[in-house]
Amino acid sequence: MTDLTQLEAELTARVGAAADLAALEAIRVEALGKTGSVSELLKTLGKLSPDERREQGPKINGLRDAVSAAIAARKAALETAELDAKLASERVDLSLPAPPERKGRVHPTMQVLDEMIAVFADMGFSLAEGPDIEDDFHNFTALNFPPKHPAREMHDTFWLPEDEHGERRVLRTHTSPVQVRVMQRLNEKLPSWIANGQEPPIRVIVPGRTYRSDSDATHTPMFHQMEGLVIDRNIHMGHLKWTLDTFISRYFETPMVETRFRPHHFPFTEPSAEMDVRCDRSGADVKIGQGADWMEIVGCGMVHPNVLRNCGLDPDQWQGFAFGFGIDRLGTLKYGMPDLRDMFASDVRWLEHYGFSAFQAPNTATGLS
Amino acid sequence: MKFTLSWLKEHLDTSATVDQVVEAMTMAGLEVEHVEDPGKTLAAFTVGKIVEAVQHPNADKLRVCQVDTKDGRLEIVCGAPNARAGLTTIYAPIGAYVPGSGVTLEARPVRGVVSNGMLCSAKELEIAEESDGIVELPDSLPVGASAVEAFGLEAAIDFEVTPNRPDWLGVRGIARDLAAAGLGTLKPDTVAPVPGTFPCEIEIRVDGDACPVFAGRVIRGLKNGPSPAWLQRRLASVGLRPINTLVDITNLITYDRARPLHVYDRAKLVGNVITARLGRGTAEASSDAPSPAPHHDEQLIALDGKTYDLGSEMSVIADANGERPIGLGGVMGGESTGCSEETTEVFLESAWFDPIRTAQTGRATGITSDAQYRFARGVDPDSVVPGIELATRLILDLCGGEASEVRVAGHAPAPPAAIAFDRGYVKKLSGLDVGPARIDEILTKLGFEVDGDAVTPPSWRRDVEGKADLVEEVARIEGFDSLPVEPLPEIARPVGGALTVRQRRMRDARRLMAARGFAEAVTWSFMRRDWAEMFGGGDEKLVLTNPIAADLSTMRPTALANLIDAAARNARKGFADAAIFEVGPNFRGDQPADQWTAVTALLAPHAPKHWAKSGGDPLFELKADLLALLEEIGAPTLQVVQGQNAAWWHPGRSARLQLGPKVVVAEFGELHPRVLKAIDADGPMLAFELNLDAIPEPKKKGVKTKPALELSHLMPLRRDFAFLVSAETPAGDLVRPILGADKTLIAEARVFDVYAGQGVPEGMKSVAVEVVVQPREKTLTDGEIEGLSGRIVAAAEKAVGAKLRG
Repeated sequence: MTDLTQLEAELTARVGAAADLAALEAIRVEALGKTGSVSELLKTLGKLSPDERREQGPKINGLRDAVSAAIAARKAALETAELDAKLASERVDLSLPAPPERKGRVHPTMQVLDEMIAVFADMGFSLAEGPDIEDDFHNFTALNFPPKHPAREMHDTFWLPEDEHGERRVLRTHTSPVQVRVMQRLNEKLPSWIANGQEPPIRVIVPGRTYRSDSDATHTPMFHQMEGLVIDRNIHMGHLKWTLDTFISRYFETPMVETRFRPHHFPFTEPSAEMDVRCDRSGADVKIGQGADWMEIVGCGMVHPNVLRNCGLDPDQWQGFAFGFGIDRLGTLKYGMPDLRDMFASDVRWLEHYGFSAFQAPNTATGLS
Repeated sequence: MKFTLSWLKEHLDTSATVDQVVEAMTMAGLEVEHVEDPGKTLAAFTVGKIVEAVQHPNADKLRVCQVDTKDGRLEIVCGAPNARAGLTTIYAPIGAYVPGSGVTLEARPVRGVVSNGMLCSAKELEIAEESDGIVELPDSLPVGASAVEAFGLEAAIDFEVTPNRPDWLGVRGIARDLAAAGLGTLKPDTVAPVPGTFPCEIEIRVDGDACPVFAGRVIRGLKNGPSPAWLQRRLASVGLRPINTLVDITNLITYDRARPLHVYDRAKLVGNVITARLGRGTAEASSDAPSPAPHHDEQLIALDGKTYDLGSEMSVIADANGERPIGLGGVMGGESTGCSEETTEVFLESAWFDPIRTAQTGRATGITSDAQYRFARGVDPDSVVPGIELATRLILDLCGGEASEVRVAGHAPAPPAAIAFDRGYVKKLSGLDVGPARIDEILTKLGFEVDGDAVTPPSWRRDVEGKADLVEEVARIEGFDSLPVEPLPEIARPVGGALTVRQRRMRDARRLMAARGFAEAVTWSFMRRDWAEMFGGGDEKLVLTNPIAADLSTMRPTALANLIDAAARNARKGFADAAIFEVGPNFRGDQPADQWTAVTALLAPHAPKHWAKSGGDPLFELKADLLALLEEIGAPTLQVVQGQNAAWWHPGRSARLQLGPKVVVAEFGELHPRVLKAIDADGPMLAFELNLDAIPEPKKKGVKTKPALELSHLMPLRRDFAFLVSAETPAGDLVRPILGADKTLIAEARVFDVYAGQGVPEGMKSVAVEVVVQPREKTLTDGEIEGLSGRIVAAAEKAVGAKLRG
């Protein structure tokens, strides 16, 4: 009896003192293994009389259970300690920098283009495109610039060499030749991306690269324009005014920007107009929508009957308007790039500063910017 | 062009202010550049009288003056030799900004004497280019009178005229539009013919091409000399320099009526015939392009003293029976017959020259005179005779003499034709509600003849050709401010959105590249010709005849050179790790079909130092970018083909992605060091160029349903195979045959290790491939797995001669 109590005390003490899992396992084998001290005691039960067994059985089994429980508890404690030690050894210095990440950017002109598309798409416009290298007919003649007319001089055109027919192609001076391509169905085989003859009603915008021989802070030899063209039976200047007013207010994200229509002259529209927006030029930056000044922002007008005729449409049946925005310039007005030439200089610091994150895709649901 | 309010009032009865005139001009379509208002710049300057002027104690050339000014009697130091007691001049107080010298006056001692202001010269006030001493004014002017009043200065309105409105190049034309716009009443035109007192002995001959109509007359017994003060002041007020009375009169009429004239000194003319004919030289007159080598068959020394070659498309005025050129018609007179102060007899010319011919002559000679500018845009042909009468009247009034009868040769071009005008078209085209009576009133005030449905433009409005032009006249005079604002009618939106597949891909490509760490650049569509040639372009058809700079002369075959150059320029500024891309056009030729759209990316792999080294080959990072891009825009599976890239790629570290054997969708790799060196860029640089147009568009645009997803409940198995292949075999070539060994069960095959060296025979390499097997209906038995492995090994052997490594 005393033996059993003593043995239990001795074993639980040793279990409690076991330094690691191996020592604990050795004690377990010693006590509970096949020939362990507790196992040997259990074997003696079979040789006892039923009365002795009834007395000794619970005591010896109790001893076994107590030792087992002590071992399990010690094992759990040792495992926890071991994991803690392992985790402690895995400490890192999290003040160290993350791997360098490049900051990708969308060019501000392309961001502005996407903003413009979002607004015009919402008004039912879809996109059309045409080539950068144009023939004289599309860039000038069809747009009612008569051959040799002084109005052509205003365009500072880049010319390509004469071909065998004595004709010179040009770098398009505006996106307006695509108006002609949208209205006029050609028989020549063109790549599918080049607009070629839609039936009216027509409602398109035409973004693209345009070229004029000019370079200073507000002019670059290459720039981006967005043309708009609406042709239907009863479209008049009031629709033009609504379209541009609506665009300006949505693009600049102000409820109402005061605008002003002024008569102007373009060979391919009649009547022709320029639209000014209210702005404040008194400070270093131009502020749109406030102040006492006006700034010209878009040229526009009703498509000239000669242009409609040149494209095979009867001006007594069809009429509509066209407009042309400078995309880069709209960008500078909204986002503040001071010099247009920087747009095309590819300085990575400029691109990172003025560029936009990939995830800022403009749409009318979240607001443009 | 400039004009002043007082000049305008010669033609317009109005009480409008300068601001009101500017506003009305703007709204009528005349773009006002700015208003030069001396009343503002000279506001501080007033009349002062020198009471006493004594020698400065410390300086020989300075005088100390006591001056009566609006601020009382002041001591002012002055260096002008004419500063004397009793002189009435202009005083500037302390604090005034002196425009001619750009100085703001401060009270400070001049050689020990404090000057309490300044006495000014005409140059300092910017009312003359040169001046000698301080201004001398009439004694009648009171002290304190403004300088603006003392000089009779007024605001000049500077404006731009669109090319369709040459009639606005004369003050009367502006007055007419402003009157129609309601700013006043147009005064009647008072040009009365001046009857000749003797026959004109000079005969005029015109050839209809060189000059359709030419009027002339002789005026004799006149006295030329400086023109009267009012005329000088009028010309000076719009920035013209007075020369002599005869020239000043022609300049006045040019600016007043948009009617250029010319006066020849009769004494210097040879013979009694004036001929207008085409030039006899061969100088080309056509050109926006640089002109060819000059010829000298016929020349003229013009009034500007320069010698010009007279081309066969130029209008030449000649005397001596048509032999001696004495002027370029409508452009500039000749030096040999110019008028001087000694001139006593003149031949006066009022002619009409063709706009296109005059424009071409201007371009070919580089002359942009006031006459050339107006004739090139179109002078009113009906002003030929009134113009000569008005000039005669002024010459007789200011120079005396007597005039001959007028001779007219040739015929003015036909007047504008009547336009059938349904007044309802105003509302239809502009949206403006304007009654027929108001429409007719506007047109009449602008000089149109209204007769029922027929509206005839005046002779000076040759830009008006149809009814849309008439709507513009009505709308701009009624005011664009009154245009209605009307929403566009609702229309059905295009199915599939506003963008085409190609445009959608361009947008997606942009945002994907930005998301993967590349900054979008937009570079010129043109580049240096030698760079274009280096990248397979540079065809002479694509070389601009008039580039803005030599390094922007040739349409680009690729954006690669521009991006390399951009990366190099960034590196020179200290930013060597450029990762940039561009989505834009490239040009194979000059036809529309030759233009294609590329996504071009460039990576200068100089990543910043980092404490945890990564160490992979950055070329494969770029390959990952390219493959991610292709997947995003929906490209089909492409084949990697190595060894066939263009010459600007590194021969060993570049490849193509092909669709079938012919269509190259992309090239990628490291750029050839020779190319980088030519562009002055430090390598290595990695790049890809993807031809967006080469990726087929999905066949069925509308169907968006995705194929049903099969999710197997069975665990996929992974088995590794190590193959021996020849060292030249692309490791990637093992993948396709392995996938083909069982298209149902094999879900994926991926090369994960390549090894050559110890244990691998010479000339061979070991390629390890992980194959993922996805059981479909039931767990595979050991036998089935073994059978599948056998098929994989057989397929690899058949395709590339691979042997399973023992």
